[in-house]
Amino acid sequence: MSEFVTRIREKSLKKVVIDPVTRVEGHGKVTIIIDEEGRVERTRLHIVEFRGFERFIQGRPYWEAPVVVQRLCGICPVSHHLAAAKAMDVVVGVGPDGGLSATAEKMRRLMHYGQMLQSHALHFYHLCSPDLLFGFESDVSKRNVLAVAAEYPEIAKQGILLRRYGQEIIRATAGKRIHGTGAIPGGINRHLSKEERDGFLTDIDQMIEWAGAAVELVKKVHSQNPDFFDSFGSFPSNHLSLVRKDGALDFYHGNIRAVDADGLKIYDQVDYKDYLDYIGEEVRNWSYMKFPFIRKLGKKNGWYRVGPLARLNTCDFVPSPLAQKQFEIFRAYTGGKPNNCTLHYHWARMIEMLHSAEVIKELLSDDDLSSGELIRRGQRVGEGVGLIEAPRGTLFHHYRVNGDDQIEMCNLIVSTTNNNDPMNKAVHRVAQDCLTGKEITDGLLNNVEVAIRAYDPCLSCATHALGQMPLEVKLTDREGNVISARRKGSRA
Amino acid sequence: MMTSEKITFYIDEIECTATQGQSILEAADENGVYIPRLCHQPDLLPGGSCRVCTVSANGRNQAACTTPVANDMIIENGSEEILDLRRAVIEMLFIEGNHYCPMCERSGNCELQAIAYRLKILAPRFPFMFPSRKLDATHPGIFIDGNRCIQCGRCVRAAQQIDKKPILGFIGRGGAVRIKASSTEGLKGVDISPDDACVKACPVGAIIVKDTAYRKPIGERMFDKQPIGSEIEARRTS
Ligand code: FES
Repeated sequence: MSEFVTRIREKSLKKVVIDPVTRVEGHGKVTIIIDEEGRVERTRLHIVEFRGFERFIQGRPYWEAPVVVQRLCGICPVSHHLAAAKAMDVVVGVGPDGGLSATAEKMRRLMHYGQMLQSHALHFYHLCSPDLLFGFESDVSKRNVLAVAAEYPEIAKQGILLRRYGQEIIRATAGKRIHGTGAIPGGINRHLSKEERDGFLTDIDQMIEWAGAAVELVKKVHSQNPDFFDSFGSFPSNHLSLVRKDGALDFYHGNIRAVDADGLKIYDQVDYKDYLDYIGEEVRNWSYMKFPFIRKLGKKNGWYRVGPLARLNTCDFVPSPLAQKQFEIFRAYTGGKPNNCTLHYHWARMIEMLHSAEVIKELLSDDDLSSGELIRRGQRVGEGVGLIEAPRGTLFHHYRVNGDDQIEMCNLIVSTTNNNDPMNKAVHRVAQDCLTGKEITDGLLNNVEVAIRAYDPCLSCATHALGQMPLEVKLTDREGNVISARRKGSRA
Repeated sequence: MMTSEKITFYIDEIECTATQGQSILEAADENGVYIPRLCHQPDLLPGGSCRVCTVSANGRNQAACTTPVANDMIIENGSEEILDLRRAVIEMLFIEGNHYCPMCERSGNCELQAIAYRLKILAPRFPFMFPSRKLDATHPGIFIDGNRCIQCGRCVRAAQQIDKKPILGFIGRGGAVRIKASSTEGLKGVDISPDDACVKACPVGAIIVKDTAYRKPIGERMFDKQPIGSEIEARRTS
């Protein structure tokens, strides 16, 4: 930060501060530094760090990790819950490939795909559909889910019910809709009752249909202004995710694959327990958040995208029929090469939502869910790594546990951290395209946020979604004096 | 004195009967009236230390677990004043330890949490103290988490009175009092096993059997279906 302040003084740059980025999880702050002509000099996205948890968990017994660490997030706690559980499976000697009982693995998968469904629905309908349906520069009062409900009641209803369905799956597998206890080291603590399963089966075809409609909706929005949709905040990048052994899309388990902007494989089928040999984490003095990079390419060029877009760029196919069809269309759009358009995250996300619904249907007809062995134990070891594809991208959990069962070391690379560089790039691109004058409008500011929201959903709580979260904008001169200060939605 | 003589007393205007020599708490239990308690455990001698069981007996605030019931005694158990006093006591227990219910493995099976729910405590009125407390994880099967200990002493009494081995005791004084294994090596140095009464006596998540956490799914835990004390109150209606 100090380097940053000095720079402003030296080069007579102006600083635009957007804080907090509304509807983005965690406290975010965007700084856009413009020179005297109002040209964007550089942009930086600051997001609160997660290191606090890594300290907090030290000394705690290992079995607490899946329950404690999920508190990192209110939108996709299941991802943390399961990534920690996967790491602790290793610690209790039940490795990731076939170590768990069939019941435990399938219950966890059901939980995870339920969470994909609910998180993707929330991300798309509640948080991003206002931008997509009303336009990025539309009136602030319109950019919330209530306005969508008023003008597009059917879409809003489907979004709400899709999300609720996913949440109910989570409740039935984890015990609660958020912050449950289902996954424990070496297994799961419950079966799915037949009544619950039948209830879910009744509605699943409807969910699949609506999820399919959501993919079509994205395509329709795209077709209205394809050039804009394709170029908004876009840039070529590497992509990274887990893929199944046969190259299929898999959210729960797989090996690491990374491809470059042209689709050439940088890594393939890397066992994630060795992630440290393949992924480095760079610290930069202006951000609390680390910048991960692909070691083979180095700090400068090794950054990568994760999340829905990256997953559909890395995988070879989607193992469910309807989603596979959509995947083929998605792939064909960029001639089979990776898709590097930031807003296409939404497209990819909805294809994934459709896939999740299809997988849920398949899992629900499996009898292993309602009976069978829950927990296993093997040879206890001192270290465990667990990776999972969270809704927003690859999530790394890594723990070392001492002989007294206490956690000694915890390292997390969360999806947002993986996307740190890409989000900065996207913001920069948008700022360059849009913020060319000295005048900062609400619409332009929202464009910056839209770019971030394509990667990361907006903040959890309803206050944000309802647009009541104040957005503070500051324009300062070279000495740091505030030239003007504005709150989003008002002309203060 | 005839110890088996029947006497009559009143709790919140309900007429109850008791045997001479019973404590107010025991007598209330038999009559199906629940008085919240933490340091009391039926198979142990009363400790009388937590004061959660405070009632007004003939106009004076008394610990129900250590005060003998008397003929014609008038007891207030559910008055707003008494309830608020109990709430204050529970709140103090919360703020002077580190009780993170959402992530605690005893959640749903914890008496402190259950009483707080029953008394409808939302947030403590006192500031949190965030003390620095220790973990004793040295034993292969059991650990003590000082963060969650409320110093009720049930484990100490159970070790002495039921297990007949003084392996746990108090150290320190006043606000700094802690339970500790009676060995310089900590729990590793004492003869303790998951089946011991002293392990089972813990009403909170302070003494834990290792690697059993979260095995009971949410919905099937002790206090998921009905509030603490319901089993005592059930005696009254039946
Ligand atoms: S139960 Fe009576 S003082 Fe603790």
